[in-house]
Amino acid sequence: MNSPAIPLIDIRGLTHSYLPGTPLETKSLCGIDLQVHAGETVGIIGPTGSGKSTLLQHMNGLLQPQQGEVHVNGLSLADPSVDMRLIRQRVGLVFQNPEDQLFERYAGDDVAYGPRNLGLPADQVRERVRLAMEMVGLPFAYKDRLIAELSHGQKRRLALAGVLALEPQVLLLDEPTAGLDPQGRRELLQVLRQWRAKAGRAMVLASHNMEDIAELATRVYVLVAGRIAFHGSPRDLFAHYEMLVQHSLAVPAATEVMHALRQYGYPVPTDVLSMEEAVNEIKGLLHVQTN
Amino acid sequence: MIRAEEPLIRVEGLHYTYQAGTPKPIPALRGIDLTVQAGEYVAVIGANGSGKSTLLRHFNALLLPTAGNVWVTKWNTRDTVHLRDIRSTVTMVFQVPDDQIVASVVEEDVAFGPENLGVPEDELHQRVDWALAAVGLTELRHRASRLLSSGQKQRLAIAAALAMQPRCLVLDEATAMLDPAGQTQVRKILHQLHQDGMTIISATHNMAEAVQAQRVVVLSEGRIAIQGDPRFVFAQEETLHALQLDVPYPTRMARMLATVIRDFPTDVLTVTELAEAISMHLGQPLELRPKPTTGVR
Repeated sequence: MNSPAIPLIDIRGLTHSYLPGTPLETKSLCGIDLQVHAGETVGIIGPTGSGKSTLLQHMNGLLQPQQGEVHVNGLSLADPSVDMRLIRQRVGLVFQNPEDQLFERYAGDDVAYGPRNLGLPADQVRERVRLAMEMVGLPFAYKDRLIAELSHGQKRRLALAGVLALEPQVLLLDEPTAGLDPQGRRELLQVLRQWRAKAGRAMVLASHNMEDIAELATRVYVLVAGRIAFHGSPRDLFAHYEMLVQHSLAVPAATEVMHALRQYGYPVPTDVLSMEEAVNEIKGLLHVQTN
Repeated sequence: MIRAEEPLIRVEGLHYTYQAGTPKPIPALRGIDLTVQAGEYVAVIGANGSGKSTLLRHFNALLLPTAGNVWVTKWNTRDTVHLRDIRSTVTMVFQVPDDQIVASVVEEDVAFGPENLGVPEDELHQRVDWALAAVGLTELRHRASRLLSSGQKQRLAIAAALAMQPRCLVLDEATAMLDPAGQTQVRKILHQLHQDGMTIISATHNMAEAVQAQRVVVLSEGRIAIQGDPRFVFAQEETLHALQLDVPYPTRMARMLATVIRDFPTDVLTVTELAEAISMHLGQPLELRPKPTTGVR
């Protein structure tokens, strides 16, 4: 947190209510402080309704802060002179449900929509569409497919391609792997790893899938009822089993097995992230037991 | 014991092609034969694009075969005269709960279907009460449906389907959009409904849900690649990998352990089974080995 560089996203004291000033007013975010630096993948987890999506939508100015401040690249989103199109080009948001994002008839047109709006010439638009589709693993020939005929997994890739075609600096992902098959999930994680490897980029990942968090996140915030309930590394996080369970959250399967073994009385650590780590711990136990 | 003469759902030689008759036909199902008996719990798994949703949509005539036939009890789904009977026998729950909620108040949403069928009022009340209780939403019956969490919305969608009093509930990735708590709730509801005699067909990527089914049907490129009980299907890790599928996490971990622990069983399906198997093989934890008694008792 002592990084000398300006954070790509800097949120201070952010508070947001739905239907403010009415009897139905619902506080969605309450005094959130959160920073995202270049090179980071920030995980945001929390039960449904905890404010994750609302928080993401503040990061590219889809929602304006009612209280508190949001800066992107040092630019305040409350400043009327800031060009919101520029903000949304730099900070791309991929929604949870691709149907919310895709609106063209043909796949290629949907990916081309952003670059066309940037006023790029046709050949550059085409090149960006090709690159973006290639990056998410959709054959370029799919540009002529009807979106309605694509599978759910293909639609998700397409929605991601549409955002990547804007060449953003920060990628916001809302439940990116929900509804993907295991192979599709692995491929998507690989796409994201490749994308973030380029210097100066950052990702924010809101997910229920703790395996995603364990594999990708460098830092995690736990959001509960609009407040940050925990902030730290994934390893620290998954050691807080009771806190996660209490908030209706899960732990990675490997961590769950470690906890089950603890219940049987085995002295195993609980801050494992991967199956390999868990297997190693059990192997270690085997040696202790047989000696 | 009522053993139905005919299966609840019978699929024979089913082919389905999107954009059929155009220059770019997309075959989605390429010859499916399948029967589902009344009271069965069948999980359908397969990579995205393997044809799961297309298959499920044939079970209540949302889609009609390009070739082959689908029967729901004695009705061929092509026979539009029986569409109403078919739809009230087999009801569907979809992935995105918002797509299937029609009324602004929870109990009104549940009543919507049967009310449209002209169910008399006292029976309507009974059905709504029962359906809400089955999914644990009784206390939220007067809530605005749009203010529910996504897990609650999906339970509402299931309740609305149940209020039609179907014999078979077909779910298309109904837990995919839910948080872990919501997934667990829906999984438990499906388990209970099955115990109570409901036929359940559920397409899912959630292996924790697939292992609680009686039969797992694996689809690949529009065909059935493997089917059998969960232990049989998930023993075939290599085949599943080739089909871009994983075995459940506990099974995977058991296989890794089997490479370092002699005779370690690889056919475990759940975390509990895995932990039991590990404790069997490790013997009692050191700290739990007989300790000197402490006097009291």
